[in-house]
Amino acid sequence: MSEVTVVTTAPVRAVSLFGRLRALIVPLLAVFTAVLIGSVFIVLTSVFSDTGASIGENLVKGVQTAGAAFSGLLNGAFGDSSGLTRTLVKTTPLIFSGLAVAFAFKGGLFNIGAQGQLAIGSVTSAWVGFAIQVDLGNPVLSAVVHVTLALLAGMLGGALWGAIPGLLKAYTGAHEVITTIMFNFIATNLIAWLLYAGSPGEGIPPGPLNDGNGVITRTPTIYPTAQLPVIYDPPGPQALHLGLFLALIAAIVILLVLTRTTFGFELRMVGLNPTAARYSGISVKRITVLTMIIAGALAGAAGAMQTLGVNYRYEPNQSLGLGFDAITVALLGGNNPIGVILSAFLFGAMDAGSTRMQFNSGVQSEIIVVIQALILMFVAAEEIIRTVYRIRGAGGPAQKLSTGWGQR
Amino acid sequence: MSGDVASAVKTNRTTVTAMILIVAILVVAFLAAGAVGPAIVVAVINASIRGTVPIALGAMSGILSERSGIVNIGIEGMMLLAAYVGFMINVGLSSSGAPTALQAEPVRLILSILGGVLVGGLTGLLHALLSIRYKVDQIISGTVINTLALGLTGYFYLAGATTQGRLPPVISNPFKQDAGLLFWIGEIIFNKGLVTYLMVLVVITVTIALFRTPWGLRTRAVGEHPRAADTLGINVHRLQYTNLFFSGCMAGLGGVFLTLEAVGIFERGMTNGRGFIALAVMIFGKWHPLGAAAGALLFGFATALQGQLQFFNIQIPHQFVGMLPYLLTVIVLAGFVGRARPPAHVGKPYEVE
Repeated sequence: MSEVTVVTTAPVRAVSLFGRLRALIVPLLAVFTAVLIGSVFIVLTSVFSDTGASIGENLVKGVQTAGAAFSGLLNGAFGDSSGLTRTLVKTTPLIFSGLAVAFAFKGGLFNIGAQGQLAIGSVTSAWVGFAIQVDLGNPVLSAVVHVTLALLAGMLGGALWGAIPGLLKAYTGAHEVITTIMFNFIATNLIAWLLYAGSPGEGIPPGPLNDGNGVITRTPTIYPTAQLPVIYDPPGPQALHLGLFLALIAAIVILLVLTRTTFGFELRMVGLNPTAARYSGISVKRITVLTMIIAGALAGAAGAMQTLGVNYRYEPNQSLGLGFDAITVALLGGNNPIGVILSAFLFGAMDAGSTRMQFNSGVQSEIIVVIQALILMFVAAEEIIRTVYRIRGAGGPAQKLSTGWGQR
Repeated sequence: MSGDVASAVKTNRTTVTAMILIVAILVVAFLAAGAVGPAIVVAVINASIRGTVPIALGAMSGILSERSGIVNIGIEGMMLLAAYVGFMINVGLSSSGAPTALQAEPVRLILSILGGVLVGGLTGLLHALLSIRYKVDQIISGTVINTLALGLTGYFYLAGATTQGRLPPVISNPFKQDAGLLFWIGEIIFNKGLVTYLMVLVVITVTIALFRTPWGLRTRAVGEHPRAADTLGINVHRLQYTNLFFSGCMAGLGGVFLTLEAVGIFERGMTNGRGFIALAVMIFGKWHPLGAAAGALLFGFATALQGQLQFFNIQIPHQFVGMLPYLLTVIVLAGFVGRARPPAHVGKPYEVE
């Protein structure tokens, strides 16, 4: 038996603080440029609006509207303790789902299915939250056990939903981009059936997880023991729950797994070059399935955050779009767990401030989606930003995700 | 003409398999019709065709793009933008402020279609620009287009904007007076809007163009081996830009079908995954236009079944029927109808030396 020694370990590069800050320049300028273009859209909307005023007046009004929009956005996100809490609560699931996408990317898999995994995770955690009553005599112990069980159930649900596309990819070559999207739709339909309120007139009974109140597709409320504990409760509707810290811990664990474990090394190697990984004795199939299971579990945890920390039940639309934002969050964060935390915070803030923005300025909150798309574009096409702002340097290594549609 | 006989035979086998599947389904449908009446069969077939058109056009979009080596997961966004623009042009030209000459229905609708198709084409060029000039990963570029389309159409969406009707049938049923079979055939074949017929034309044109013209040979060469194509004097990037423009146009045609022919209104996010299903169908058809069209028909039928199954009086929760098209796509992708081989160079940026 020949000994094969793998010399390469995680490259530990000494990067100066200045170097690290330089790496932030392009993403920051990308955000700035995207916001600028978003403002142009708002101004143009005003200029071409049919108010009967002159173009000049509309132009002034447009600039004012854009100003009101972004000051509303900032105020809604950071203006007071309630706003900041809202931002942090919105950041929490985005860290988890962003990690779900970033982790898969590291393994060379494009997980568009975070949305479905997240929704399934929300429902399974709600199910454990309302269907099981935990009473161990001690209220603290009961809560710890129940929340943990509910969270694990959410992760399990998400893991299952991620595992299927992973298995299909590994064993049949079905491309995860398409299968995970299909599983999003399948999840939507499955949940619609589970929570269906029923149609008494036609004799159709409610779905198995519906709360039985007759009109709304939602689960019953979870027991208080399954609620994530509140850490800080400012005046206003939103309270900060423990989830944020769980998300931060998860990010650090994922970082350590990726950089300090054999599995993480193998995963990154498969992500960089599956063929080379296979020749060096790594089971690409095993890594593929495991990657999708862990990614699904992370997305499931994101869903559980919404159920156990915010809504205390599963309601439709509680996680709408979270799984898709996760893709941009992951890419903006450079698929690095720490980067994911930062970009999740940015997205959480935009999300938290969007209601105030629309209320203050009348600007449709969809402009945020436009800005997010532009951010992703400018981060990916660094050269545009470098050209426009005359920044020298070759830029980081380009993202490589398109690996064709074949089997790995 | 290239003599890749082996691949042609394989492709034909898929097409034949798909055709057999479809015929089998239609036979089952007709047998069931004995119990439920021919009107429902006609309804199912018409709904199948309605479901097929945007998927087939989206798949043609994918084929043009991927045969020249560029992954296009932005079909969804291209469709959505075109659906919106086509719809808004129709709204604009229907308003009293529009020039009278343009308000007449055929002019207005054709301009709306052209506008939507052009926007699709321009979006295709954006995808090409990002992935060729700026070397953005093609999957990210496609995601940018999808997100951008969702945001833009949502932002500029005007609640309450309505159009004055949809594309009328090009020829209406010439067997109106007849009872029975001829009437049903007339309803299926003749009673369709312009885009449906265009779809058939597009599928045939793409098939011939891809396998019988110099352009097709060059496209396939670029998708398989751009270096070789380059050596032979083909301008790889120019060809990719052209193909991406037409790819966008086709997705655009699929998009305007939704707003101008199928439903007549625009809703946020109304493409609802059709662009991705089109990609799946493209893989199912092994990057061959006829195979993809057959796959689209299969998918259209699954969608139609969802809407029509209640007539068959089968006690399945409708949500499960709703899963059917997506499950079918997964099954297809998992290769249970044969392994697909993509163009060799798809997804990899090509650098001119």
